[in-house]
Amino acid sequence: MGKKKTLTLLSSAFALSMVLTGCSDSGETGDASGASDTEIKFMHLWPEGSSKKHYDVVNEIIAEYEAENEGVSVDLEVLSNEQYKDKLRVLSTSGDLPDVGLTWAAGFLEPYVGGNMFAPLDDVIEEDLSDAFVPGTTEAYALDGATYGLPLELNIVSLYYNKAMFEEQGITPPETYEELETAIAEFNDAGIQPIALGNRDSWTGSMWYMYLADRIGGAEVLNKAIDRSGSFEDPALVEAAAKTQELVDSGAFVNGFNGLADEEAKSMFMSGQSPMYLIATWDLPNFTTNESVPQEFRDSIGYLNFPTVEGQGDPSSFVGGPGVGLFVAEESEVKEEAKDFAAYFVKAWGEEAVTKAGVIPATKVDAETLDLPEMYVDILNELNGATNITLFADVQMSPDVAQVHLDSVQALFGNEITPEEFAENHEEALSSE
Amino acid sequence: MNKVMSNKFYIAFYIAPALLLLLILVFIPLVLSGYYGLMDWDGIGEKTFIGLENYITGIQDKLFWNSAFHSFLLAIFSTLSLIIYLTVSFILASKIKGADLLRKIYLIPMLLSSVAIAQLWVKIYNPSNGILNVFLMSIGVENPPLWLANPSIVLFAIFVPILWQYAGFYILIYYAALKNIPESLIEAARIDGATPFQIATRIKLPLIKEVVSVTIVLAIVGSLKYFDLIYVMTAGGPNGASEVMASYMYKLAFSNYNFGYGSAIGFLLLIITLIVTFIVRKLTETKDKLEY
Repeated sequence: MGKKKTLTLLSSAFALSMVLTGCSDSGETGDASGASDTEIKFMHLWPEGSSKKHYDVVNEIIAEYEAENEGVSVDLEVLSNEQYKDKLRVLSTSGDLPDVGLTWAAGFLEPYVGGNMFAPLDDVIEEDLSDAFVPGTTEAYALDGATYGLPLELNIVSLYYNKAMFEEQGITPPETYEELETAIAEFNDAGIQPIALGNRDSWTGSMWYMYLADRIGGAEVLNKAIDRSGSFEDPALVEAAAKTQELVDSGAFVNGFNGLADEEAKSMFMSGQSPMYLIATWDLPNFTTNESVPQEFRDSIGYLNFPTVEGQGDPSSFVGGPGVGLFVAEESEVKEEAKDFAAYFVKAWGEEAVTKAGVIPATKVDAETLDLPEMYVDILNELNGATNITLFADVQMSPDVAQVHLDSVQALFGNEITPEEFAENHEEALSSE
Repeated sequence: MNKVMSNKFYIAFYIAPALLLLLILVFIPLVLSGYYGLMDWDGIGEKTFIGLENYITGIQDKLFWNSAFHSFLLAIFSTLSLIIYLTVSFILASKIKGADLLRKIYLIPMLLSSVAIAQLWVKIYNPSNGILNVFLMSIGVENPPLWLANPSIVLFAIFVPILWQYAGFYILIYYAALKNIPESLIEAARIDGATPFQIATRIKLPLIKEVVSVTIVLAIVGSLKYFDLIYVMTAGGPNGASEVMASYMYKLAFSNYNFGYGSAIGFLLLIITLIVTFIVRKLTETKDKLEY
C-alpha cells in the first residue's frame, strides 16, 4: 500500500468535508421556494421544546394565512431567546434580516432603527390596526415620530402573594406601604422570609424601585428623569431609593437576594418558602393553567396592585411594558407582503395567544367573552382600567445607561451606595450620553 | 515515512488544514478585534473610525482595572494552589493504596462542563437552602455568610469551584511527570540515605521543573482570560464585585452594545496576557536541558 494512496484518500476526504459544510446552508432555502411565488421569511423565538403553546399558535396563524393568500408561503426559522438575539445581530450586519421578525421595544430597537434596518409601520397601523392596540403599547416602539414594531405582548407587574400563608399567620394582604411593613415584620417574627427577590438579575430590583417612584412621585417623574426633562435628583426619586433601602433594612427580602437569580427566587415563592413575589404577567400561567405546578399552589395565589405609599399614588398605575413585537425589514424584497402578513399576524394573535398560550396580548381583547382563568379576567380588566403603564426603566434607557441603572440598583439594594449616590450615578450616565 | 516527510509539498500539505483553521478562527479575528477597537460601533449600524479613543478610555476605565485586579487575584490563587496539587501528586505517585482510584476521583470535576459545575455550586451556595449554609446553621452559626451576595466575599467564593475544577488537570500532569522519573535515580538516592522528603524536594522536583513552569504559565494565562463559571454564577455581580476582564468585555459588547469598546478591552486583555506570559516564561526559564 503506497503512502501516496493514503494521502490522496485523506485529501479527498478533507475536500469533500469542505464541500459538504459549505453547501448545507444554501440547500434548505432552495427547496422551500419552489412551490410558491412569494416567500416571506419569518423568525421567532418560541421553540417547540420550551414554548410549545406559543409555537403551535404561530403555526396555526401561518397555516391560516397561507390558505387565505394563495401563492404566498411563510418560511419559518425558530431559535431560543438568547440565540435569537445573537443571530439577529449577526444577520443585521450582513444585511440579511428576515422579512418579518420579533424585536423588543425602545432601547433594543434603537441601533437597528439607527442603522436603517427596520421599516416604519405607521401606514400599517393607520390602515388596518388603528384601534387594535391597548393605548401606550405602540409608543414603546416609536422613535423620532415613526413606529417600528407591532407589539404582541403586554406585561404588567403585580405583587403576587400566597393566600394560604397569609391566612396561616393571620396577616392581611397589604394595600398600603404601611401594611406591607407590618406584614414584613410579622412574617419575619414567624421565621418566614417575606419577599422572594432574585436581584442577581437586577431588573427585578428595578421593578421595586420603579413602583416606589411611581407611588411617591407620580407616573411621570421617572420617565421625565430618563428623557432628561427631569432629573434623578428629584426628591421623589431620591425618596424612592431611600424607601427601597428601608425595605431591605426591615428584612423584607430573602437572604442573599443579590446573589440569587430570578429563577431561584421564583422557586422559593412557588415552593411556599416566601409569601410574596413581584413579577410581571409572563408568569401568569404558572399561577393558573400550568399543569406541572401543583393545583393546591395555583389555587392559593392571589395578586395585589402595588401598595400606595403614605396615602400617595394611584394603585391603577402600573409598571410594565410590551414584550416582543413584530418588525418588518427595511431591505426586504417582499416588503408589502411582509407588512400584510405582520398585520394579519397581530390581529390573529390576540385571542389565540391569550386562550391557548396564556399571553396577555398588546391588542385589546374582550375578557368576558373568552373562556379564561379568573386571574386572567381580573388582570385584563385591571389593564382596561389602567391609568398609566410606565415602561420598564432598563428598556427605556439606552443599553449603556441601562447597565449603569441595573448595577446601581444592585448596589442600592446591597447598601453599598446611598440614595444620593444612586441618583448621581444615573445623572452622570445620562448626561454623558 | 522519511521520504514523505522530506518532501516540502507534503509538509505543507499536512500543516495546511490546521494552519487554515487557526488563521480563520484565531489570528484573523484577533487582528479584526484590534481593528474594531478603533471604531465607535454598536455592533449593528455604521462603524465610525475614532482612532485610539477606545483604548485610551480603556486605560482610564476604573471598572476595567477593577476587573483586571480580580483577574490577577485569581491568577495568584491559581498559581499558589499549584503547590497543593503538586503535594497531592507526590503522595499519589508514591505507591500508596488506592492511588489509582483517588486519581480518578480528582479528575471528575474536569469531566463536567463548566456550566454544570456553576449550577452545582450556585445550589451549594444558596443562602437559605444551600447545603453549605444549612450545614453552618445546623452547627449553630446564626447568620452564615451570603456567599454570592456579599461583595467582599463573592470573589473568593467563586475561586473555590474554579480551583476545584482544574485540580484534576494539574494533578494528572504532575502525576504523569513524576511517573516518568526513572526508578533507578530514586533507588540511588535512597541507597545514599536520602529521606523521602529529600527525594521529593531535591531529586524529583528539580527533575520535573520544566513541567512545573509550563503549568504555572497555564494557570496564569487561564486565570487572566477566565470567564465561564463567573458568568454563569454571578454575571460579574453584585455591582461588579466579581467582574473579571473577560466578563467585563462580554458585558460591554453584548449587554451594552458597545462592540468597539468591547473589542478594545478584548485587545487590551490579549496584550496584558502576552506581557504576563512573557515575564513568567523569563522567570521560570531553565537553562540546562535534562536527559534521562
